[in-house]
Amino acid sequence: MISDMSQVFCVFSIGIILVFIAGLYCLIATANLIRAMIGLELLTKAVTLFIILTGYVTGRVALAQALAITLIVIEVVIIAVAVGVILCVFRHNKSVNGKLLRNIKG
Amino acid sequence: MDIINTILLVVLVVSAIWTVMTPRLPRSAIGLGITSAVLTIIMFKLSSPLAAVFELSICAGLISAIFISIISLMPRITAQDRDIRQKEHFHKYWLLPIIIVAAAIALSQFALPTNFNLPAEPVENDVRIILWNLRHLDLLGQIVILLAGAFGVAILFKERKND
Amino acid sequence: MLSLFLLLPLLGIIILNLPIKIKMQTAGLLYVLFLSVAQTIVVLFRPENFWSGPDFCGSFLKLKFYTDNLTLVLLLSIGIVVFTAVLVAWQMVSEPRQRLNFINLVLVSMIGMNGTVLLTDIFSLYIFLEITAVSAFILIASQRDIKALEGAFKYIVLSALATVLMLGAIAALLLYSGDTSFASVSEAVKNNNNIIVISAIGLFICGLFIKGGLVPFHGWLPAAYSAAPAAVSVLLAGIITKVAGIYVLLRLVTDVFGPASTINSILLIVGIISILVGALAALWQDDFKKVLAYSSISQIGYIILGLGCGTPLGIAGAVFHLFNHSIFKSLLFVNSAAVEQQIGSTDMNKMGGLGAKMPFSNATSLIATFSAAGIPPAAGFWSKLIIIIALWQTGHHAYASVAIVVGVITLAYLLAIQRKVFFGILPDELKNIKEAGIWIVLPAVVLASIIIGIGVLFPLLFNSFMVPVSSFFK
Repeated sequence: MISDMSQVFCVFSIGIILVFIAGLYCLIATANLIRAMIGLELLTKAVTLFIILTGYVTGRVALAQALAITLIVIEVVIIAVAVGVILCVFRHNKSVNGKLLRNIKG
Repeated sequence: MDIINTILLVVLVVSAIWTVMTPRLPRSAIGLGITSAVLTIIMFKLSSPLAAVFELSICAGLISAIFISIISLMPRITAQDRDIRQKEHFHKYWLLPIIIVAAAIALSQFALPTNFNLPAEPVENDVRIILWNLRHLDLLGQIVILLAGAFGVAILFKERKND
Repeated sequence: MLSLFLLLPLLGIIILNLPIKIKMQTAGLLYVLFLSVAQTIVVLFRPENFWSGPDFCGSFLKLKFYTDNLTLVLLLSIGIVVFTAVLVAWQMVSEPRQRLNFINLVLVSMIGMNGTVLLTDIFSLYIFLEITAVSAFILIASQRDIKALEGAFKYIVLSALATVLMLGAIAALLLYSGDTSFASVSEAVKNNNNIIVISAIGLFICGLFIKGGLVPFHGWLPAAYSAAPAAVSVLLAGIITKVAGIYVLLRLVTDVFGPASTINSILLIVGIISILVGALAALWQDDFKKVLAYSSISQIGYIILGLGCGTPLGIAGAVFHLFNHSIFKSLLFVNSAAVEQQIGSTDMNKMGGLGAKMPFSNATSLIATFSAAGIPPAAGFWSKLIIIIALWQTGHHAYASVAIVVGVITLAYLLAIQRKVFFGILPDELKNIKEAGIWIVLPAVVLASIIIGIGVLFPLLFNSFMVPVSSFFK
């Protein structure tokens, strides 16, 4: 049982780190603001899966679910505000290319 | 059990890579939704049904809808533009699958310490009781952040009269 | 009655948004001023009923709070800076709808900051940090000019990255602690010393460095501080970054993670690099607010140096410098708001000789400069002295010397601002400016008198203020 859990933990951790790398690469390599948001969302999914995995491995399933639900609610609000900012940028510049904003990557 | 979990994980990573690598933005948003759906199935298998339902309805549903609606505001691009963008996109992102495969091979060589000795038994096993009775501060925080989000949407989404 | 810190602002938000036919923005202004002054008075005079009495309002909520001196110092700073920011906003923003938006968002950020400094659970810490961050994003972007939007977007991306790192660390610590309260987490860290726990602590601290604007993660700070509307800059620089990054770091390093020597070395290195980079970058800037932004990075480096000493004196110095920095940095941003209101820009090349026309702003900014550079009798002198003494006592002679040298550089660039803005020759097109309005001068005078008061009375305050703070930290 213990070795089964530890194998599950290791395999899932590798998957989580790979999704994290994909999201981070997307966030760093893009100039488009919307694609940056998609990268952030992938990072958040990786962390949500990590919390659920932690709960499963240690038996604290209920606590992990409560944390994950709260996390999802907060992420929706952050995405909504970020989309609001992107909308204002678009209205100003007629484009969402981050390179047109002077100091976007720094 | 292990085979299904491994297959689900591989599907998750592949859909994440496709979300990043696809050059067209609406397809990227759909890819995000597919990734959420696969994540829901994985969470269900990890005995977390309530969180899985939240993930499906909010992330795969609401967030994908938000993304598609903001993407639909972007002006349409012509076919030649599309080909140029596709080439530029793959120029930037061809490195990603190579990094992922290399990382997967490198990470599977490590062994993590897995003797998680916890101090005590879990206090409560029902998600609803934990959320509503034990973590009141979190509930207050969620209410406040939803209010803040409502203000943000009201302030930022409004058309300015003299724009 | 501690839950009133969280519930009263929430009540304010609900009432302000009901469709009642009164002048909402005036009611909101009075309510926020009342709350911030009440918060200051409650911390200074500490009525017993409030702090140790039964929590009637919160008894159905089952909340557990900290009430030690670190929390009290921060509640005091929050009260003072919110008071200042709201008065400055009243002067700078004139449309009723925008004033009401500002009041609402300030109430939200008050809930976020009060919650962050009061609570004892690591996941609730994340929630309230996000509340503070969301209110900051919306405040920065509220005037919707393009530079502010760019600063807000950078802040969103980096803050979300910091969030992901912190959540990963919380989940990894959950593997060993089973619960998310500070007590369980510190138990788990003490008993387990393997690679997962150590990397989790490292990830968490990296996330906090990003939120606090320390080098090398300071990329968002100059853009966000300088592009934000004037009153928002006061709030952001004065208290939000400090609560989000520095208070959490102080609380976790002293209570939860334990003052380990590797953490202290990392803090010392990051602190000294922040001090140097911030001060050197501030020398080259042309924009009033950008100089202040880089100066903030530098001063926060001092606080981290004090924390990295690990001794009670160093930590007490760090807390005192945190309080002083929130006062003098808010005052400097209030002065820049005054100048911006009268001239319409913050480009220092367009300014000069304003001292004759704006005497109050001139005098208060000189006092703030003395405090920032560490010149007696301003309060900043004492806090910098304590940090340097603590560094010297623990044998970090090199760090202490660098800190003294950078103190001189700080004086240099701040005096350069004074020279460019307030002294010198008045350009012709600015002949008709006057002193800024009463709502900006009043908080400036209040803050300046706090600086002088604490600076002069410090030897008397030593026993009542410093010793309790330091004795708490072992």
